[in-house]
Parts: sequence; C-alpha cells; structure tokens
Amino acid sequence: MLGQGFVSAAAIAASVLFVLSLGGLSNQEKAKRAVWYGIVGMAVAVLFTAFGPGIGNYWLMIPMIVIGSVIGWKVATRVAMTEMPQLVAALHSFVGLAAVFVAWNADLERRRVLAAQAIGTGYQEFSAFAALVATKAPDELTFLQLEVVFAIFIGAVTFTGSVVAFGKLAGKVDGKPQKLPGGHMLNAGAAALSLLLAILYLNGAGFWTLLILAALAFFIGWHLIMGIGGADMPVVVSMLNSYSGWAAAAIGFTLSNDLLIVTGALVGSSGAILSYIMCKAMNRNFVSVILGGFGGGTQGPAAEIEGEQVAIDAAGVASSLNNADSVVIVPGYGMAVAQAQNAVSELVRKLRSAGKEVRFAIHPVAGRLPGHMNVLLAEARVPYDIVLEMDEINDDFPKTDVTIVIGSNDIVNPAAQDDPNSPIAGMPVLEVWKSTVVFVCKRGQGTGYSGIENPLFYKENTRMFYGDARDSIDSLLSMID
Amino acid sequence: MKIGAPKELALGEARVALTPDSAQLIQKLGHDCMIESGAGIAAGFDDDAYRNAGVTVVESAEALWRDAEVVIKVREPSEAEADRLRQGQTLISFFWPAQNEALLERCRAQGGTVIAMDMVPRISRAQKMDALSSMANIAGYRAVIEAGNNFGRFFTGQVTAAGKVPPAKVLVIGAGVAGLAAIGTATSLGAVVRAFDVRPEVAEQIESMGAEFLFLDFEDTQDGSGTGGYAAPSSPEFREKQLALFREQAPQVDIVITTALIPGRPAPKLWLEDMVKAMKPGSVVIDLAAEKGGNCDLTQPNEKVVSDNGVTIVGYSDFPSRMATQSSLLYATNIRHMLTDLTPEKDGAIVHDMEDDVIRGATVAHQGEITFPPPPPKVKAIAAAKPKEKVKEPTPEEKRAAELATFKAQTKRQVTLLGVGGALMLLLGQIAPASFMQHFIVFVLACFVGFQVIWNVSHSLHTPLMAVTNAISGIIILGAVLQIGSGNWIVVLLAGISVLIATINIVGGFLVTRRMLAMFQKS
Repeated sequence: MLGQGFVSAAAIAASVLFVLSLGGLSNQEKAKRAVWYGIVGMAVAVLFTAFGPGIGNYWLMIPMIVIGSVIGWKVATRVAMTEMPQLVAALHSFVGLAAVFVAWNADLERRRVLAAQAIGTGYQEFSAFAALVATKAPDELTFLQLEVVFAIFIGAVTFTGSVVAFGKLAGKVDGKPQKLPGGHMLNAGAAALSLLLAILYLNGAGFWTLLILAALAFFIGWHLIMGIGGADMPVVVSMLNSYSGWAAAAIGFTLSNDLLIVTGALVGSSGAILSYIMCKAMNRNFVSVILGGFGGGTQGPAAEIEGEQVAIDAAGVASSLNNADSVVIVPGYGMAVAQAQNAVSELVRKLRSAGKEVRFAIHPVAGRLPGHMNVLLAEARVPYDIVLEMDEINDDFPKTDVTIVIGSNDIVNPAAQDDPNSPIAGMPVLEVWKSTVVFVCKRGQGTGYSGIENPLFYKENTRMFYGDARDSIDSLLSMID
Repeated sequence: MKIGAPKELALGEARVALTPDSAQLIQKLGHDCMIESGAGIAAGFDDDAYRNAGVTVVESAEALWRDAEVVIKVREPSEAEADRLRQGQTLISFFWPAQNEALLERCRAQGGTVIAMDMVPRISRAQKMDALSSMANIAGYRAVIEAGNNFGRFFTGQVTAAGKVPPAKVLVIGAGVAGLAAIGTATSLGAVVRAFDVRPEVAEQIESMGAEFLFLDFEDTQDGSGTGGYAAPSSPEFREKQLALFREQAPQVDIVITTALIPGRPAPKLWLEDMVKAMKPGSVVIDLAAEKGGNCDLTQPNEKVVSDNGVTIVGYSDFPSRMATQSSLLYATNIRHMLTDLTPEKDGAIVHDMEDDVIRGATVAHQGEITFPPPPPKVKAIAAAKPKEKVKEPTPEEKRAAELATFKAQTKRQVTLLGVGGALMLLLGQIAPASFMQHFIVFVLACFVGFQVIWNVSHSLHTPLMAVTNAISGIIILGAVLQIGSGNWIVVLLAGISVLIATINIVGGFLVTRRMLAMFQKS
C-alpha cells in the first residue's frame, strides 16, 4: 500500500501531464507526443489511487478495469473515421453515467457514515471515501450534499444528452429537431421540480429524492438534444464534452479530490471554448443553438433569387480542372455521408502531380464535430499542410481558378453577406463565389440543412455537378491527365 | 423536325449556323439536321465532317428551304430567301427587325415564324442563347489582334539587351461585352489598358479585367439597369466632359478601341478628328461601331484608312466573320440552346411557347402577325444598382480615439466582471467551509489554465482534442476506485460499473486519438 503522500505527489504529476497533453495539441507533430503525456498521466493517476490507502475489493476492480480496457480497445480500433462523431458522443455518455453513479454512492456512503456515527462505532472499518466523509464537519457535509446534487444533475443531462446525440449522429434517431408538445416549458418545469427536490434533499429528505432528481435530469438531457437539428451537432457534442468535464469536477468536490477537480476543469473549459468557437462560426449565440431551431429576428422576406442552376457533366468539370492552376476544394458533411474522402484524396494527388496548387478550405462548422473534416481528410492521406482554415484561405478565392464544393451548402452561402434578411445573415462564410468557376457537387436541387435557398447555385460562374459525391469524383479521376 | 442551315449569301460572310458538334446535340433533341453543301467550308467544316455527324447534306438551297421545317441562319435573309419562307416554317437568325421593317413585313406575308437572335432578352436565363454577346466577345478579341497587326511595336513592355520597350497604352471606350473582351485580350498581351464607359456600375467589371477605369466626375451618371444593361444617349454637358477626358488621353495612348453603341441609333461620335490629330504617328484606332457609322470621325466603314499624321483607323464591320470557325462554334451553340428551349420534351416536336419571356422576346413574326416590338420581359435584366454608400476613411486621430474608446470599454467590462466575481467569491467564502474554498481555488486556477491552453489548439486538431479530453474525463474512475472498497454492496456494485465504463472511456479515447493523430501527415 502506498501512503497519502505518494498519492498526492502522483496527483500533481498527473495534473501537469494533462495540461501538457492538451497544450501539445497546438500542432500536428507535437500532438503525437502529447497523447503519450495524457496516457502516462492517466496511468499514474489510476495506479497510485488504486494502490493508495483504504482501497479494497480488488477482486472486482481489477477485472472491471481489464474488461473495460478490452472493450475500449476493440471499439477504438474497429471504429471507422466517419463514425468518429457518434463514438465521441457515446463515450461522453459513459462519463455522465459514471458521474451519476459515483454521486449516488457518495450519498449512500454519507448516510452509512452518519448511521455508524449515530450508534458510535469506530472509523477504522471505513474504506477510503467513507473514512474521508467521517472526518467532515456538519457544514462541510451540507456542501457535500450540494455537490452531490450538482454532480447528479450535470451527469444525468450529459448521459441522456449524449445517448441522443449518439443516436442522431449514427442515424438511429431522426436528425430533425423534435419536441414534445409543451417544448421548453417541459424542460423548465423539470428544472423547477429538480430544484424543489434538491431543497428537500438538503433539508434531510431520503435517498429517493436523488433518484427522482436523476430521472428528471435524464428527461431534460433527452428532450433538450432531441430538439436540436443535425447540423448543430458540432455545438452539441462540444457542449456535452464540456458538461462531462464539469460533472467530473463536481465529483472532485464531493470526494475532495484535487486531481479530479483540475482535470474536470480542464475538460470543461476545453468543451466550453469549442462550443464558443462553433457558435461564433455560425454567428449564433449559444442559447439559441441549445434551445433549437433558427431564431426569429429576421425582418422582411429574404431577397428573391434570379437565374437558374446550370448543370455540367464530368467531362466539363475535368476539362476545367485540367486547365486550372489553382484549385480549392470545400468539403462538407455531404462528403462524409457519401464516403467520398478517398476519391477526393486521389483526385488531389493527381492534380498535385500535374503541378497544380490544390488546397482545402475548411469552415469551422463543416461536418458534425469540430475538426471533423480535417480528420476525414487525414484518414484519406491528404497532407495537413494543404488543409486550410476559413480565415487563412478566404482572401485567396479571387486568385483561384476552380473551386469545388463537395456536399456543403450553408457555409458557402453568399446570402450570409449580401442579404440582411437571410436567416444566416452575418454568419462568416467561405467566399467561394469569388473564384473564377465554382463547381457544386450535390445530390439534387434541394436546400441545405437550414432550408435556405443558396444564391451561390444561381451565380453565373457556378455550375452544378449533380450526383452522388463519390461517384461524381470517381468519374472525374479517369479524365484528369 | 427537320432543321436546315443554308449557305450564307451575304458577301464575305464566312460563318455558318450549324456545326458538326452542334448538329450532334440537336439530333439528341429528336431533330434531323440538314445543311447545304459547302455551307461550312469558309468556317472550316467540310461536307464530310457534317456527314460524319449524321447531317444530311443537301445540294441546293432551294431543296433545303423546301424540306426544312426550321431554317437556321446567321445573317438576316435576303429578299429572295424571305420569299422562300413558307407557312408554318420557322426561321432563326439575326434579323434586326427595327432596321428591317420591310423585310419583316415580307416574312410575315409569307406566313412564317421568325425568331431574331438579336432580340433575345438580356436576362440571366437567356445568356446561353445571347448570340450578340458571343459575337461581341469575338469582335473584342479580334479588335485587339487587328490593332496588333497594324501597330508597329510590342504590346508588353520589355527591357532587352537591344534597348527598352515601353508597354503599349490601350484605351477602350465602351465596356460592353466587346469592350471587356478587348480589355482582357490587351491586358493578357501585356499592354497598359484604360477603359471608359458612361455607366459607372461597370467600373468594377473593368477593374476585374485588369484595366484602369477612367473616372468622370459628373452628377448625372447613367444607371444601365433601366435599359436592359445597354447605354442610353447622354446629355450635352456630359458629352462635353467626356470629350475633354478623351482629348486629354489622345496624346498618350497608342491604341484606341471604340465599342460605343446605343441600341437603335447611329453610333455616337466620340473620337473626333482633333483627337486623331493629337495621336502619335503609328497609333491605331479600331472602330467596332463602324457598321453603325463609327465612333471615330474618320472611320470609313469596312475599310482601313491612314490619316495624314500616320494614324491607322480600322473600320471593319465583320470581325466575327474574320474568325469564322470560332464564331460559328459559338453561334451554333447559341442556336442549339434556342432549339433546346423550343423543344421542351426533347422529342423532336417544336413548341412555340409565347408565354415564355425569352421565346416571346425573340419572336418577331408568328402565325401571320408581326410580334415586334415585344412587351417588356417579366424578369428585369439586371437588379437596380444600389447606391453605393461612401465609406469615410477615418483620420488617424479618429482611429486613435476609437481605439482608446474600445480600450476603455474593455477595461470597464473587465473591471466590472472582476468586481462582480470578487464579490461573489467573498459571499461564497462567508458561507462555505474552509476546505471547500481551498478546492475552489484549485478549480478556478485549473479553469484559467484550461482556457489559456485550449485557445492555442489548432483548429484542425479539434476532433483529436475532443477525443483526448474525452479520455481524460474518464478520470472519474478515481471516484469509483475510492468508493469500491465500501461495505455497502450497492455502492460496490455501482462503483464497479463506473470503473468498467470509465475504463472503456479512457482506453477508447486515448487509442482513438492516437489513431487519428497517426493519420495526419505532411506533404
């Protein structure tokens, strides 16, 4: 058994390693080392805590860790990169559920300790956490109860929210926003009821209050995320990421464990920043995304679009590509759906070997996860140094000969800049229409996720390249020389 | 339907309305194509090329006019041709109905339908059949080539061992399609190009082609949107200012290309005799408006003349015909698009839909009636230009003041936030136990560190960041580990499950991150 000193030292080491691990993600090369910091930090934290003072029941703990590792390993090695969003969401749900369980346990232990103290038995029979609880003063115990309430609430919302997000991302649940009749009033009611239960609990009501509290929070999480559409998932997933961090931090307070607090805070702030970046990229505020749907605030009808969509065939696209010097590709969720990334990568390889400058322009909210497109392109072996962010490439469009838009719509919509009445007015968009020619690779003539007409499709320098993205790009490959 | 293209009869006309390429596509619409023997020779398409494309080659024009249900041509019909037109037959060609009223009446009397390619309305949908634009484009290109042919120096400036060559200075008057094409061609040859137009909204287009827009500061400038994108006559005061501007330019420029036309009027005189006199010897004036009388005083239609001071003035009016292959290809494509619109079902049956803006606009005679001039199209050609707001460039003082104001506002906001935060902390400190406050300090500091660190994460690594934070948030396993030794079996069970799922999270999260990062590679 290791002493408390060892455990504390390990906690400090682990915290530092976690900070280094997150900090290392500032560029692709450092990141490979940074993951190892994270892994080592985690190993140190778990090992030293598990063999610290007052821990028992190894017969259960060790098999659980082994089984968990095997499952985790299998899942992580088998999952396809296009399934990354749902995997991340599924993993978040685990953290949420664990937080609920641990918080429940905390209260059960509190009751056990209080009961033991009431009949005057000694502390020596308590294990790690119970022993800690036993040393707490009454006011500290009140705070512990408060922390338990927080942990359960956040954990439960994270759990069901992530399960729904997983379902939507995996296509198992309809991606359209759905709400029960009553809408947000139901959520508000559930939240008010939770508050009431929390007050009851703090005033000495039984364990049942925590069970009902969890049930209400489960409902809120489920209902809240059901009401959010598929394209807002980047915000949702990063928000859930943030919540899972705050849940861990709340548990840290309950258990008086600084390592949990620090780590939870790191994860929580990371998710919060990602949500902020995503919201900014859509020019919407966080509350309106979470409450679902595109908010009102539009004055008057959107501008009418004139002109027609001009179609083009593969031969036409190929000849333009053969004549072009600089090409920019704008991928969107449609590319992921059609699994076209490998075909795109092959196209890029051919164009680059013909001496053309080919680059990718990635909008912050392209795809269903922050950075989703980058990962897909990396999987298809597209070098990351030609994959650029919106701010890096927007000024280069006027100098671009050909822009190919693959399966994205709202993020290239000029109405965001031109039409103050458009629902997406003010959203930063990729200015693809400034390039000489734009080819839009699209399944049909429908509107995007937001249901907004896209004037880009009607521009004089736009040609519509209809069809499944992968088949379309494949058909181009043979014609590029 | 049988579509037939006769040989052009106008003198020197080398273009043809049907090419082997367009014939193949027209056949896909369910039509049969015919061509008069030798009609495409001058444009570089011999009879065999047509036969290979599945076109029937007819020996005489007479047979063609007899058999074809739709006759496609380039130039307006001669009187003899108009007399061949019969009931139910459709003629598609340039027609200039405003100038050729007698001819139009003749065609009407014959009972034929006439679609004038020059009357296709200028709306976006009809651009693909806008033959005027495609011909103007060629004229603009050819004008520069013609100018180069008559100009004794390079276009581009060069510094060679044999001496320095200044770049040629080109002035383009009128920035319609022809003007813009001329600007593009001249700039790509390396000349310094300036351009003028009475419609200020074209300034942007001129600059986008790489030329300098000569700005005329005048109150009453024109808005082209009311006249379908064409220029309208200007006031005498404006004209004076305009001429003064040209007079100023005349001694400097080497090549002048004038393309100014006002629909239905003689070309305005813009390059006067004294301007030609002011030009350097060897300079060239290309007058694309020669057919309508010319923009230059000295222009002789269809001729090249040299002025007393050695300035060459080219007044050819057949620039498109001088590039017959290219112009036939484009014109035939315009015709093909018109036929596509006339054959909506692609079944070889022509449906003459007089409700359609484009077809209505272009049809000048139909079912024994003259249908010219057409009613204004339902869709306006060009959206009215919004008056441009003048953005005032802030002075340095204003800039500094603005910066100071934002700095002050920021400071104010931060101080307020800190104040409120501090007050809240104080309040919390009053009720919370000391041990809680200690943990809280750690929490707040960790949040700060987190914010600072995460801002530096590159956007492309956001997915790995989520995966790694996900793995790290599995730290919740510590809570379960601390509780698993409990004496209460429910606690042990719940803790056990928590350990299991948190481990899945940790291992899964880290492994997936490693997999993702391994894929990122540099080129």
